[in-house]
Amino acid sequence: MATSIVDLPTGHTPYPPITQTHADVTRDVVGTLSPPGKGYLALLAAAVACFVIGAATFLFMVFKGLGYAGYQPPIFWSVFITTFVFWVGIGHAGTLISAILYLFRSPWRTAVYRSTEAMTVFAVMTAGLFPIIHIGRQWIFYWLLPYPNARYLWPNFKSPLMWDVFAIGTYLTVSSCFLIFGLVPDVAAIRDKVTGWRKWLYTRLAFGWQGTDNQWRHYSRAYLYLAALCAPLVLSVHSVVSWDFASSLIPGWHGTIFAPYFVAGAIYSGIGMVLTLLIPLRKALKIEHMITEYHFDNMAKLTLLTGTILFYAYGMEYFVAWYSGNTFEQTTFWRRAFGPEWWGGWTMIVCNAFVSQLLWFRKIRTNLTALFVISIFINLGMWFERWVIIQSLSNDFIPYAWDSMNPTWVDWFIFLGSCGWFSMWFLLFAKNFPIVAIQEIKEFIPMPRKSGAAHGGHH
Amino acid sequence: MAGGYVPGVLGSFAHIDAAIATITALRAKGHRDLTIYYSHPNHELEEAAGHGVSPVRRVTLLAGMTGTCAAFGMQIWMNRDWPLVVGGKPPIAVPSMVVIGFELTVLVAALSTLAAVVIFSLLFRAKGRVVYHERFSDDRIGVFVPATGAQAREYQALMQANGAVEVQHVEG
Repeated sequence: MATSIVDLPTGHTPYPPITQTHADVTRDVVGTLSPPGKGYLALLAAAVACFVIGAATFLFMVFKGLGYAGYQPPIFWSVFITTFVFWVGIGHAGTLISAILYLFRSPWRTAVYRSTEAMTVFAVMTAGLFPIIHIGRQWIFYWLLPYPNARYLWPNFKSPLMWDVFAIGTYLTVSSCFLIFGLVPDVAAIRDKVTGWRKWLYTRLAFGWQGTDNQWRHYSRAYLYLAALCAPLVLSVHSVVSWDFASSLIPGWHGTIFAPYFVAGAIYSGIGMVLTLLIPLRKALKIEHMITEYHFDNMAKLTLLTGTILFYAYGMEYFVAWYSGNTFEQTTFWRRAFGPEWWGGWTMIVCNAFVSQLLWFRKIRTNLTALFVISIFINLGMWFERWVIIQSLSNDFIPYAWDSMNPTWVDWFIFLGSCGWFSMWFLLFAKNFPIVAIQEIKEFIPMPRKSGAAHGGHH
Repeated sequence: MAGGYVPGVLGSFAHIDAAIATITALRAKGHRDLTIYYSHPNHELEEAAGHGVSPVRRVTLLAGMTGTCAAFGMQIWMNRDWPLVVGGKPPIAVPSMVVIGFELTVLVAALSTLAAVVIFSLLFRAKGRVVYHERFSDDRIGVFVPATGAQAREYQALMQANGAVEVQHVEG
């Protein structure tokens, strides 16, 4: 079967590799679902163990009280909100790659978007736990929702926290739908290849999909509209999260730059996590020929762009604090760099602003070991960015009330539990569902013709 | 073939031009009841199938507008029912409603789009159970035409002449 694909700039590895046929794509992706090895099982066991530790700690906190989590003035919600924003941010790269790059017809997204989309859903699922962990009386979390009640009360719709409930809820629902909807034709392809319990399972999960002209006719249109609906969510969700902070008067938070700064940071952290997950995963699943240097090069360029925007935003924050002449603003930023928590501020700047600049070099962008190390720095730096932002509470307008964050073992174990929860879902997904989009990769492979002329099916 | 299927002829094609030639010939004979199977979206096959644009788009638009109206309506009603003056803003402060207005627009439009795909796929599908082959989700294109008797034999010959790699006569 003829196999050359799309026109790519000179110097790039052709995508997909020239040896692939439609049948090869199905076979290779179905191959990723083979019984797991010891390494996978060990990783899964570690993830589940972390999750169990976190869940047990959470139950301890519920019985003993929030005070065990280092809640004390002036910072009450410290590690929990830091981790909440961290996971929400990670959830942004997936939709950017799957929806926005789909609308731009970017060819390199095809091989990586399924895994990033799954990462998005699991990251937002993880983030959504933290407001519930924080509220103290978790069993009445539904008071956040506007429902008719005996108290004749409605939520305060002028609060950005309320906007967040709708923003995160919508994002989780729509991105989950987008992931599941995209999976249906691929699950049907797997259904037709496997036997036993998997056949039973995938037959049900394929929802009767057979790939008829009538099904594709509605499916293709709906996928386009879902992508168009998801695209603005990428920009809106983290803007709303940023307004949780920016609409208050706390020095260091009350800035108009917060929304674009948060969105750039979210995409930066999301791509960082994608790199952390995909570099080992492609090797473990033996799909190096599908997710190639070409894809990592493009993801690294996106990281460089968003990292550079962050660099500018960090610089601008310091400049505006100095130029404003506002003593409280100036003090906040002085303390970020030279106060008792200086190490957090510098970790953020070094990992996000400076490390990302290494990606100007193509040799580094295409060296997967270097990229993996950089991605770890990005994850670390982006967690510390949120930590530093929360630190603003430690020195507001009344110096008498100033104090630092005091996280306890409860905070750290619940953070560890969130990492376990996220990893557990991602690992389970990677071994039970196609991590690479079968039908979209096939779109890039020309349909064979009797006449022998190659003609791409991609549009 | 087990019973219960719509009687007809199913051709399996390895080449897209062969499948399109068959679809075109069958449509020229007046068949609007073909079922065409393929593993991934393809413009040429979509054009050959001769469908119009999916009505899903109307559902998405109407549902999005409904979401916007519902969000603003909900906030106006609840703010009137429980008037909270926050930050000196009036109970019905339109700018504060924009975020939830946008989110519900997207949420209602997305969920309705999914529901529309399910409903339209069920409404416009072939009448009865049409035979399917597992290779259609892999690398083959399938063309099924309902037919019996002499007509079925004619279509069988047509598919073979056009280069079908396998032709199956479904008795029903």
